[in-house]
Amino acid sequence: MPNPFISGTFADRHIGTDDAAQASMLAAVGYDSLEALVDAAVPPAIHQTPVENSTIPAPASEREALAELRALAGANKVRRSMIGLGYYDTITPAVIKRNVLENPSWYTAYTPYQPEISQGRLEALINFQTMVADLAGMTTTNASMLDEGTAAVEGMLLARRAARVESPVFIVDADTLPQTKALLANRAEALGIELVELDLATLGANPELPECFGALIQYPGATGRVWDSSEVIAAVKAHGGLAVVAADLLALTILKSPGELGADVAVGTTQRFGVPMGFGGPHAGYMSVRKGLERQLPGRLVGVSQDAAGDPAYRLSLQAREQHIRREKATSNICTAQVLLAVMASMYAVYHGPQGLKRIAQRIHHDTAKFAARLTAAGFTVENETFFDTLSVTKKGQAQAIAAKALESDILLYVVDADTVRLSFDEVSTQPYGGMLAAQENDLAEAFGLEGDYTTPLGDSSIPEALNRTSEYLTHPVFNTHRSETSMMRYLKYLADKDYALDRGMIPLGSCTMKLNAATEMEAVSWPEFAGIHPFAPAEDVAGYLVMISHLESWLTEVTGYDTASLQPNAGSQGELAGLLAIRSYHRANGNPERTICLIPSSAHGTNAASAMLAGMRVVVVACDDLGNVDLDDLRAKIAEHASEIAALMITYPSTHGVYEHEVREITQAVHDAGGQVYVDGANLNALLGYARFGDFGGDVSHLNLHKTFCIPHGGGGPGVGPVVAKAHLAKFLPGHPMAQSQHHPAFDMQTGAAGPYVHAGGAVSAAPYGSPSILPITWAYVRMMGSAGLKAATGAAVLSANYIAVRLREHFPVLYAGDNGLVAHECILDLRPLKESTGIDNNDVAKRLIDYGFHAPTMSFPVSGTLMVEPTESEDLAELDRFIDAMIAIKQEADAVAAGTWPADDNPLINAPHTAHSVIAGEWEHAYSREQAVYPLSTLVSGKYWPPVRRVDNAYGDRNLVCSCPPIEAFAQ
Amino acid sequence: MAEKSELQYTAEHEWVLVDGNVATVGITDFAAGKLGDIVFVDLPKVGDTVTEGKIVGEIESTKSVGELFAPVAGTVVESNDAVADSPELVNSDPFGEGWLVKIEFSELPSMLSLDEYTALTGE
Repeated sequence: MPNPFISGTFADRHIGTDDAAQASMLAAVGYDSLEALVDAAVPPAIHQTPVENSTIPAPASEREALAELRALAGANKVRRSMIGLGYYDTITPAVIKRNVLENPSWYTAYTPYQPEISQGRLEALINFQTMVADLAGMTTTNASMLDEGTAAVEGMLLARRAARVESPVFIVDADTLPQTKALLANRAEALGIELVELDLATLGANPELPECFGALIQYPGATGRVWDSSEVIAAVKAHGGLAVVAADLLALTILKSPGELGADVAVGTTQRFGVPMGFGGPHAGYMSVRKGLERQLPGRLVGVSQDAAGDPAYRLSLQAREQHIRREKATSNICTAQVLLAVMASMYAVYHGPQGLKRIAQRIHHDTAKFAARLTAAGFTVENETFFDTLSVTKKGQAQAIAAKALESDILLYVVDADTVRLSFDEVSTQPYGGMLAAQENDLAEAFGLEGDYTTPLGDSSIPEALNRTSEYLTHPVFNTHRSETSMMRYLKYLADKDYALDRGMIPLGSCTMKLNAATEMEAVSWPEFAGIHPFAPAEDVAGYLVMISHLESWLTEVTGYDTASLQPNAGSQGELAGLLAIRSYHRANGNPERTICLIPSSAHGTNAASAMLAGMRVVVVACDDLGNVDLDDLRAKIAEHASEIAALMITYPSTHGVYEHEVREITQAVHDAGGQVYVDGANLNALLGYARFGDFGGDVSHLNLHKTFCIPHGGGGPGVGPVVAKAHLAKFLPGHPMAQSQHHPAFDMQTGAAGPYVHAGGAVSAAPYGSPSILPITWAYVRMMGSAGLKAATGAAVLSANYIAVRLREHFPVLYAGDNGLVAHECILDLRPLKESTGIDNNDVAKRLIDYGFHAPTMSFPVSGTLMVEPTESEDLAELDRFIDAMIAIKQEADAVAAGTWPADDNPLINAPHTAHSVIAGEWEHAYSREQAVYPLSTLVSGKYWPPVRRVDNAYGDRNLVCSCPPIEAFAQ
Repeated sequence: MAEKSELQYTAEHEWVLVDGNVATVGITDFAAGKLGDIVFVDLPKVGDTVTEGKIVGEIESTKSVGELFAPVAGTVVESNDAVADSPELVNSDPFGEGWLVKIEFSELPSMLSLDEYTALTGE
């Protein structure tokens, strides 16, 4: 039957199954219509009523949406930012923009948990790790952190667990970026850490410090000051504390590294390595540690291991330490990283090489020195006698006037107070093209009322002799080879060719929602009006952004049944944290500080428990029944046991088992009756949108994953965006930010245009006020082009596809859980434990064999060990769904052949999977099965085959022999 | 390698070999099997004072991170450096070369016999 929602629209392009395909799938599942199917799957008690006065307009075509985005972009004003404060203008080499940022082979890939099909981005990430470790003078770097502010928080947390000191004190240098201070304060408070702010640079020789478990030093300081912190670092370490240095990587090309100063940990951002400011993000933060601390690193770490043939192969190391395994024992809740941006930053270093980077830094430094000399000659006081790129300039009562004058020339300065302005030079301000350098300097000079012109000779370097960098960096050949654009383009292609992304085929990862990231949605991301904006630009310069963000806040609250939204959290984990911190503040404001227990079902994603711990809560686990639902009796027992201490229940809906729990209203009611708040994890929102709303069935607060439900690409493991949405009573506890352009949410009401009704006054969770705004046009375009009906149609198509797979594969693999009427939600769990029992073939063998069939494996062993969780999403068409089903059936037959003795248990196509081209060509073929069976098990593979570049990667070898920087070229000799 | 029947056990899947006032501690084959390929062990240092039942180290496999609890209170007199260098010894020889620490104690708590431990694991 015809789909009632859509006709010839973008939704038709986004949804892979057309009416005819859906009709045949519905017949297989046994329903007459999509509506009938979803109505039968979603419990009637939670069906949503139609929204009146919807804020979501009727769907726009792709051309219309782009035109509206052009108008929004036009309402932003791109000026020359010299604001600095951790965000600097930079030139993205066009070869990187076109071949990485705008290339689906990079941006549609998933987190590299399946290393055999991820060698390209794993190599790019190990380049990133090597780049950071070299520049920071450290041993091991992760890949990557969400931004500099959260990296500094993680540095503080690392110091606390690694230091052998009982003190709750963490020292923060007074000359630290203001947003970093705000994040540290917010996070420290929840964990009982006492922050002590000291002006560390003024303590002199043999500094006296209070007892502390660690200290953070900004290098260069926020004022621009460059000072030798080695004595302070030694003093911190003398008492058993850890020294964390927040360092500017570009400055480190000419400054002595944190490692050489004695630091234990270096943190920061790689934004100015070719990643646009984007009004705050996304960018890759970093964390790098000295030897001995590598097992304390949060997040993801790429290491070198070997494959089944003994050849080197990359993989994610130390995964057992990640939050999804360690749950409430985890040390960090970081999950999604910033892979795409880390890849860009690493390629900026590959493109420029050590000499190129140093030249950029020297040019910036010398231009800064030249301007400092002119200022001093004209009677201004440059407060910081030492600097890399930043000058704090005072003239009594003149700061506003100077900034206003600069603004007339479209230059943004940072006004510190009535007497002081600050300006930072960057790669763009010092770029000698088209006379811009001279023009900008003249404009700047005019703002300060300086005489003379730009021909003033170079100023002297102000960097203290002892801090000049003498050690080498980026000596690996990868940073010294690709100087021509041809070579660079081919290196990027060489890496991309190794990887499996959505541009090759389906990535049916349960709980990850790997749907289409449409080209039109991606279009606006790199427009200068979105990319070229500083996060602390004045409100009048970012009107287009604020309107777009207002739209999104309105739309997201409408579709989830809440009142207010914050887009600040730059990953789902941070959204969770923001939501739980809001609950914590709410209870404390109501005089209930003893409410600190967070109830979490045993089926929950591990990040839930980790986030709860970091919000200062205690986790109590609630049992699940045999069907994977929350055990109501156990919930009631746990509530009774902890009655007055219940802070919250965190549930995922539909559950992590891919089932619409029938009793969800009873569950939320029980928690509310006990005075607790209900947190609904929005990871599975793709199964609900348009049919039911979290806020209607008892949710008080949720986070959403725009990189799942709302089309932001996974980028190979980030960026993510994790907005937090809440009921009105929690609004004032949602994340605020000291530099926010508007205190109101939404900034502009969609109906009246006036400031919205809610003020978010909680602590900041991201370095930038609106998180990662430059990728918000993706979600905006998706909702704008789908409209309410299109979003609902997508949900229906996703649920149909999952149920179709469940029905088709049920006779080959048991489907583990089902809800009302035997239906699953948007994903299904295939139980491979019986297969292992009968054939010895386990879920890992099947996952690796799927590579030979041209697929990315489904989610392995989550939420149940020994299973595969399949989420096809609405974007896959019927042919691709059938190709997957056929592959799974063929693999089952191969396993049966092993059980029947056709192939030996230790030599069959499954346990030897995946097969590289080399493995079937080299030498004599001595296996029990044929070469054709190895690599062409289905005839359709002959004409289009993805060839994995390595064989099965040895996990244990890599974790026992931890190597996290680029291996020497000789290691790859065949 | 000690006879399994001569050892004492804890509910945390550790075995203890008592020799005078020194207890040699390791994890059982059951625990090693459940953890899978062990890739890293973090052991207490010689001279550390340990409290019965408290976490004193970590055993990390490719799948998870397990904790090492002190089965007795006392002072660490030896820590198995060979295991620190080759963690796979805990898999290959959990009751022998894969021992973890030796603790000098003054009082021995009551622990499980092999039969009691086997009943606990159900194997």
